Amino acid sequence: MEILNLFREIANNPNDYVKTWKEENNGKVMGYFCSYTPEEILFAAGALPFRIFGTGGNISMADAHLQAYSCSLVRGALEDTLSGKLNFLDGIIFPHTCDSIQRLSDIWRLNIGFGFHMDVVLPVKLNTDSAREYMVNVLKKFKQRFEKELCCEITNENLKASVEKYNRIRTCLKKIYEIKRENPDIISSSNIYAVVKASMVMDRNVLLEKLPRVLDLLEDKKSEVKYTGKRLILAGGICNFPDIYQIIEDSGGAIVWDDTCTGSRYFEGTIDPNGDIIESIAQRYFERHVCPAKHSGLFNRGEHIVRIVKENNAQGVVFLFLKFCDPHAFDYPYIKEMLDKEGIPSMLFEMEDLLSSEGQLKTRCEAFLETL
Amino acid sequence: MTNKETVEDPEKEKRKIKSVKKMKEIMTNYYIEAKTADQTGKKIAWITSGGPVEPLIAMDVIPVYPENHGAMIGASKMGVDLCEKSEEMGYSRDLCSYARTDIACSPINGGPIGGLPKPDMLICCNNICGTVLKWYEIQARYYDVPLFILDTPFCHTEFSIEAKEYVKKQINEYLKFLEMVCDKQFDYDRMKQVGQLSLKGQRLWQAVLDTTVHQPAPMSAFDAFFHLALIVTLRGTQIVVDYYSSLLDEMRERITSGISAVHNEKHRLLWDNIPIWYRTRWLSEKFASHDACLVADTYTSAWCSSLKYINEGNFLDTMADGYTKIYLNLGVDKMAEHVIEMIDKYNANGIVMHSNRSCKPYSFGQYDILKIVKEKRDIPALVIEADMVDERSFSESQIETRIDAFMEVLKARK
Ligand code: SF4
Ligand code: SF4
Repeated sequence: MEILNLFREIANNPNDYVKTWKEENNGKVMGYFCSYTPEEILFAAGALPFRIFGTGGNISMADAHLQAYSCSLVRGALEDTLSGKLNFLDGIIFPHTCDSIQRLSDIWRLNIGFGFHMDVVLPVKLNTDSAREYMVNVLKKFKQRFEKELCCEITNENLKASVEKYNRIRTCLKKIYEIKRENPDIISSSNIYAVVKASMVMDRNVLLEKLPRVLDLLEDKKSEVKYTGKRLILAGGICNFPDIYQIIEDSGGAIVWDDTCTGSRYFEGTIDPNGDIIESIAQRYFERHVCPAKHSGLFNRGEHIVRIVKENNAQGVVFLFLKFCDPHAFDYPYIKEMLDKEGIPSMLFEMEDLLSSEGQLKTRCEAFLETL
Repeated sequence: MTNKETVEDPEKEKRKIKSVKKMKEIMTNYYIEAKTADQTGKKIAWITSGGPVEPLIAMDVIPVYPENHGAMIGASKMGVDLCEKSEEMGYSRDLCSYARTDIACSPINGGPIGGLPKPDMLICCNNICGTVLKWYEIQARYYDVPLFILDTPFCHTEFSIEAKEYVKKQINEYLKFLEMVCDKQFDYDRMKQVGQLSLKGQRLWQAVLDTTVHQPAPMSAFDAFFHLALIVTLRGTQIVVDYYSSLLDEMRERITSGISAVHNEKHRLLWDNIPIWYRTRWLSEKFASHDACLVADTYTSAWCSSLKYINEGNFLDTMADGYTKIYLNLGVDKMAEHVIEMIDKYNANGIVMHSNRSCKPYSFGQYDILKIVKEKRDIPALVIEADMVDERSFSESQIETRIDAFMEVLKARK
């Protein structure tokens, strides 16, 4: 269990972890948003990719820049940086996704004095040849600019080594998910969440040593005892509320798979380390199931969610969105309709912040699980 | 129009813009033509407000604008009802109310004109927001028709070479898409004429807007909100050119005979963001009662912003620039520069910003724009929190108090 404590500690206090890391390694920390950041390129340059979640809680400084109708991720991240909590960043990377992140990038660029700022304006379509060509060009340029900012050269060997490591990280995370779905009892979802979240902030070389140990631990605990609770799929955007898992588990359910950007969208798909690596990185984005801020066909997300429900023998879907999140809110009715047609029950929970939502979520969850 | 008003105020009658009647006729005919397209065999394309309409006109396709529809729904105060319907359909109240009301209209033929005509294709250009992408996906599923997405990468600080190449390629894909859906060759000669007409229309519209440089202004932003519909919906046709020519004449005429939009204009204000459609009259009267005229706005001028980039002789090739570098597709600092240019050009001494819950790309960043504007030009600002269509987000008493307080500040400065 010690190993899980390590992950939990980092997940609970990512900023402290990374500050220590920076001192000890004299390294560069690159803040980033969203699973469409080509982390592999950052890592190849020896930098530490650090995912920004927004710590939540009281918003005071961000109010001078953002209206109250922006999602808690965007406001929380701005609050963190304005209040100096992210001063350790050497740079920040904004991949283009939703309208809110787009404007957050502008506001950040105009108000935050430290670190360099990079926008990665990826295509919105992920299903045409011209979009693929554009994406490859954007990623190539990104690499060049990054080399310039860090005064380093990212060789092909570095890149290759980086994607190979990322492939191993992603495969490990996926295996952990697979064990969880076979034996939902052996590890709590909040522990899994801690592992995934820590994976997005910690030293990736250390991570690569630690992840297999989590796997070993789980392999040892595997049993033939059948899980008797309710099997659920979690679908949504970023999930930064570890307590949710506890609430679901306390209500008698387990999340056996997910479609979130702090979950399966992060680890699905590996990158071909042979051939043109930048093209391979683009290829993964084209093949991986999309986030709703991107376009790849009209039914593709709905079909994906129906598929993972079936593949994982789930009984229901919990949609969890941040309040004011447009892309997810627009997709919800059609996906729900597709689930309804298949006779798959679902519930939607929109979160503003955890404190005000917790009690309500508990009641809703219990009621939902009872119907399954 | 109530009798009371006509009797009460001949002054007001004099101030009315005479072209309005003609404009209403044109819009009515346009919608009749669109709604009877099944009888004339013409195809209908739904297209986003910032989308490249010229190739559609060249292909004889009738363009229909769900956003204009949204504005009509707002203006006819049908927004709340339709917003509630969309909520019943599962759409969150926090989403864009143009999108919500349009989506809610489809299954019930709702709204002021009994629904838009069914599309044969959908053309979505994301140069205004990411919302349109989701909205058009929804409509493409509902109507089961082909969807073309013109992806115009956001220009935080630049329109990069690779982005430009990408947009150019897509314009070719767009023409191919049209050839496929319309089952005929693209007419490049016709396109040349349409391109010229489009630019002519844009220039005339800009000239109309520029008449308010004159003090007092012959029209206000509220008039511009109304007359905007043509440059949005019929850009690229002779109708627009003719209409704006005569509107321009009327404005010049008003200047000569000293007719202003606001009697006794003392304060000149700049408006930012989409109008609050269900309250334009109330707001206009409210500001007029303080001798304030909204002389310009960042919204209606957006349809001429491509003028700088499009080359008359080579419309198709320069379209990538024209359609990517529009106001809403630029970084906040660029937007602020534009606002400052407008303040100078129209000699505005105050700025009114509509913080519009519906439109995140237009509203997020407004505070920073204000900060930049205040650093460079010392003028008072007012932020109104509301929504363009959903009246539930409008608090009259609160807004009234804020306007009054703002006007006091302005008056004290004079
Ligand atoms: S939660 Fe939604 S609105 Fe917020 S940043 Fe993510 S995609 Fe954008
Ligand atoms: S109002 Fe804003 S969010 Fe809605 S369609 Fe227009 S630009 Fe997009």
